[in-house]
Amino acid sequence: MILTIENVSKRFGGLLALDKVSLSVKEGEIFGIIGPNGAGKTTLFNVINGVYPPTGGRIKFRGEDVTGLQPFDMSKRGLARTYQVVRPLTELSVRENVTVGACFGRENLPLEKAEKVADEVIDFVGLSTRRDMLAGKLNVAQKKRLEMARALAARPIVILLDEVLAGLNPNEVADMLTVVRKIRDQGVTIIMIEHLMHAVMNLSDRVFVLDYGAQIAEGTPQEVSNHPKVIEAYLGDPKVAQRFLEGSA
Amino acid sequence: MKTLTNLPFWLVLLVVAALASAPIVMGNVTMREDFFFILMLVILASSINIIMGYTGYVSFGHIVFFGIGGYIAFYLMQTFQAHFVLAALVGGGVASLIAFLMGSAVLRLRGAYFALATIGINEAFRSFVSNFEPFGGSIGMFFNFSVYDAYGGAKNAGQFAYYAMVALVLATIAASFLVKKSKFGLGLMAIREDQDAAQVLGINPARMKVITYTISAFFPAVAGAIFFFKNGIIEPGPAFELHRSIEALVMVMLGGFGTVTGPIFGAVVYERLRGFLITNPTLSQAHLVIAGALLLIIVLFVPAGLIGWLRQRFTAVRRYLE
Amino acid sequence: MNIEALIASTFDGLMLGFVFGLMAMGLTLIFGVMKVINLGHGPFIVMGMFAVLVMNQNFGINPYLGLVVVILLGLATGIVVYFVSLHRVINSPELTTLLATFAVNMMLIGALTIVFSTSPRGLDISLGSLQFGKVTILGTRVMAVAIAIAVTIALYFFLYRTRQGKSIRAVANNRGAAELMGINSTWMLALSFGIGTMLAMISGALLATMFSFTVLSGGGLETKSFVIVVLGGLGNPTGALFGGIIIGLLESMTTIFMPVSWVPVLEFVVFILILLVRPNGIFGAR
Repeated sequence: MILTIENVSKRFGGLLALDKVSLSVKEGEIFGIIGPNGAGKTTLFNVINGVYPPTGGRIKFRGEDVTGLQPFDMSKRGLARTYQVVRPLTELSVRENVTVGACFGRENLPLEKAEKVADEVIDFVGLSTRRDMLAGKLNVAQKKRLEMARALAARPIVILLDEVLAGLNPNEVADMLTVVRKIRDQGVTIIMIEHLMHAVMNLSDRVFVLDYGAQIAEGTPQEVSNHPKVIEAYLGDPKVAQRFLEGSA
Repeated sequence: MKTLTNLPFWLVLLVVAALASAPIVMGNVTMREDFFFILMLVILASSINIIMGYTGYVSFGHIVFFGIGGYIAFYLMQTFQAHFVLAALVGGGVASLIAFLMGSAVLRLRGAYFALATIGINEAFRSFVSNFEPFGGSIGMFFNFSVYDAYGGAKNAGQFAYYAMVALVLATIAASFLVKKSKFGLGLMAIREDQDAAQVLGINPARMKVITYTISAFFPAVAGAIFFFKNGIIEPGPAFELHRSIEALVMVMLGGFGTVTGPIFGAVVYERLRGFLITNPTLSQAHLVIAGALLLIIVLFVPAGLIGWLRQRFTAVRRYLE
Repeated sequence: MNIEALIASTFDGLMLGFVFGLMAMGLTLIFGVMKVINLGHGPFIVMGMFAVLVMNQNFGINPYLGLVVVILLGLATGIVVYFVSLHRVINSPELTTLLATFAVNMMLIGALTIVFSTSPRGLDISLGSLQFGKVTILGTRVMAVAIAIAVTIALYFFLYRTRQGKSIRAVANNRGAAELMGINSTWMLALSFGIGTMLAMISGALLATMFSFTVLSGGGLETKSFVIVVLGGLGNPTGALFGGIIIGLLESMTTIFMPVSWVPVLEFVVFILILLVRPNGIFGAR
């Protein structure tokens, strides 16, 4: 178990955003997190990542208790993360953006080596033609790829993808899914929040369902889509879920 | 480090060194005095650029380090007959230490709050020094002329001070380059763009900001030491003159913030313009109005400054106008 | 320690505090509505001082009546300055707006210096005084406090009871949403800026009735305004008023315990501490 979350709760004043959530992620798997809007998925990422400390519970990463560590500590330990609403460093070029990831991530590379790694990763995600463009000038799909490239340049062991497919048209989705699979093939463990059902169900090895900050189901995509509570909260119709499973990505 | 083999780095240093040695070579003392002041402004502007241009934190009260360096060095020379170079370096060290201690607290503040805090710090130091008897209180301190004997008399001291200023300007420019082009500099720019995203990428903003602030405090402090050494008199008002650091900000904006050459151009152009306006009989009264109007035009229409604009327009020159 | 001196001092500080509070209110209002620190604040205060001076010395108009002119002048100048310097860059990062308002500061001080030179001026005005035993309270002070309070009440009435005022508060709260509701945010921003400068000018006029001044008086008053604004909470007008009173009291009471020259040190240390420990001020930022 590369990442374990034990009874994690997060309270914002009167609002209980996460209610004793527990989950474990296996090394090398693609772990999907789904749930209705406002369920607390991004908050969960923020807590894992160190952006907020949890109000209760523990987080263990690679056997080490990392509860309450800052985001840059988590990054140095091999945990990378992308944002749902992308955050490119707008006045820097694509290359510079990705180099930042390579410089300050797990391997802490010096500038020249980092630039080489950045170039490789830019090719990997397919942004080679935009290498010297200012990040602020990219379109949404390209910004999402940049976000991923930056996270990957840090050579993470686990990557948290927060709705990487949101806002993309079907072609862009297909391309992005190919990239996600390539990442998994490189041995990186992926935890992804996604709303696009067919993607999550097809890609994930296991799925975790969150509603109102609490876990309502966990298991294989097949198991989850048939789970009565999930259907009730989210899918509405079990037949629809089945169709997603049988359909293609 | 890659920077040391970087052509523009040596080119800029060479050009500045060459221009700065003109008054010595030509034996022109008036020119030397003139250049002395301009070099000092270049140092002020460049150091403000190190903290502001690279991290985006606006240090309005940056002049406080000029005053601290000046006072500490003056005191050491006056009271202990310390050698000028040693006193100046100690002044720089003390200022850096103060920056380090204060920075840890003050750099947690964002944007406007930080700017205001730096103003508060400058004013606090100024009013404190005005009351501090060992530093002469509100009257300040002045040199017994015998202090200059150690350097061969007042005239020689003036020459010596000039050499020191030139050395300092080259050091400041070098530091500015090194910070910008290094991995450290890249991290700073990430912080400037989006501090939270930078954190997620593994950057520790607090630590990097404090280090940058500490570096940016050293150079104005030594400049202050040199300036007041030559002046022979130091008083709280001129030492902690808030207006001066705001003018330095204007120079950075004028020249182009976030660049190494920008503050250099900005300082030279601003000072030349000011000099022209003040000595011109019809315009001298209006110098503040004209300067203000100029600043407004730049802020509204050319925010990247002179160098920034050139770099955007002529990408070929980009490499040389870092 | 003379009890009567202490009481007299405290009262004086309290009254002065009201005027300081009014002075800072404009600054905090502008920040609250558009997140801009108006570095031109000082010159506007000075403009108010000179406005009443000119009206009094050149036209024989009583300064208190002249306030009406000051109000209109303040609004008009503020709106013009907003459109000239801030409108284009209102959405830019902080440094840009800081420098824009500073440019305005430079231009105003320059212009005022050309017209009035930097020699000290004073308004020759006296409203007599009230006596309470050994304690004397100057009439001008009382008048200033009364006006400061009146203006504050008027401001609140405006912000909470009129349509424009509510629109301004909406824009301060969420500009995008306000625009969607059909509020012309540009005009509201200009109006707020105008009100902010108007308040600064009124306080300048009141200060002119109490102290002598020069074109350069604005600098110190501006820094004092920063302290008050932070103390009271950036963007919070009530906070500014109370912050002003606190500073007024602080300045007058501490002179009993320490030499006058140390008071600024205390003020700035308090300022820095507040920024570090409670950046939202004593009363909370808005």
